[in-house]
Amino acid sequence: MSNKNNPLSPHLQVYKWHISSLLSISHRIVGIINFIFIILISSILIFLGTDIQIFSKSLIGKFLIISLCWSFSFQILNEIRHLAWDMGYGFDLKISQITGILTIIGSFVLTILFYLIGKNLF
Amino acid sequence: MVQFSLPQNSKILKGKYYRDKNGSNNLKKVNVYRWNPSSNENPRIDTFEVDLNECGPKVLDVLFKIKNEIDPTLTFRRSCAHGVCGSCAMNVDGVNTLSCIKSHSDIKGELNIYPLPHLKVIKDLVGDLTTLYKQYESVEPWLKAKVGEKTSTEIKQSQEDRAKLDGYYECILCACCSTSCPSYWWNGDKYLGPAVLLQAYRWITDSRDEERKERLKKVADELKLYRCHTIMNCTNSCPKGLNPAKAIGSIKKMLASS
Repeated sequence: MSNKNNPLSPHLQVYKWHISSLLSISHRIVGIINFIFIILISSILIFLGTDIQIFSKSLIGKFLIISLCWSFSFQILNEIRHLAWDMGYGFDLKISQITGILTIIGSFVLTILFYLIGKNLF
Repeated sequence: MVQFSLPQNSKILKGKYYRDKNGSNNLKKVNVYRWNPSSNENPRIDTFEVDLNECGPKVLDVLFKIKNEIDPTLTFRRSCAHGVCGSCAMNVDGVNTLSCIKSHSDIKGELNIYPLPHLKVIKDLVGDLTTLYKQYESVEPWLKAKVGEKTSTEIKQSQEDRAKLDGYYECILCACCSTSCPSYWWNGDKYLGPAVLLQAYRWITDSRDEERKERLKKVADELKLYRCHTIMNCTNSCPKGLNPAKAIGSIKKMLASS
């Protein structure tokens, strides 16, 4: 009936994004970013002997640290969602949407918290 | 191999524009995916101006109006037109659904209709579901009980056990969920996909079935089952309001705790 010459129907090109699919793909991307950048920052600080105080005061340092605070919080919160799913909870469509929105809001709240805590310690 | 863009022969071209001839004041622009196997052209999007004053409420009614009054070559599957058979599953406004139960008044602006995503197109809105049916067969969707004393009479089921099938037995295999799943797009030849896994769970959880363990073992596979990353597109698209993601989660949980 169909063969190699039949076209493939459009997929990513036409499919609407839902909050769940958006979070799923960003979870993966942020995971890779975390992996690379946490290693990168640690190596810079260790091998170049840069002082954390000086690093955190430079513009790039500030940007990197705040971004990592966000990506880390996002990753952790999303991971909690995944853990709940693995235990069989939160599959309900409404609940999964609510936890998704909470993850996004929570990631920014946590970032601000991390930043404020860090301010006191520095 | 994951290919995000469409292959060369599947690139969509701009198609014909069918203008409304009756001068209606309630027009809707309907963009429909077209591909004719007997021509060597690429697929195209035809635009039809449809008079909503003279049209039924559902997307399927729009398609019928186009087929009856504008272009009789438009091809799509349909049977019951009441959301029971699952034939008219297609991608309407970016989400897979049954066109017979989707109201066109819910969609603002232009109405975009595509076949179910990431399938070989047979003609226009008809996709090739052969792989999915083969996978469905592979989970052996029938009751398995050893022939003996027990099978000579009716196998009774308590109300509680029967209730466990609620939310699963209603599946009509329209393939909306499977073809909405990115994991199924990239690994459709190996990953079973939400529709088939929901069916697998329906038989695993049936108290009358005696091959629960074998069924679980069969499905416990890196590719067949664990390609599900809880993207939830399946649950979002199911026109019957079922939850394939939960069914897959339940299978994973059963495997982890057995």
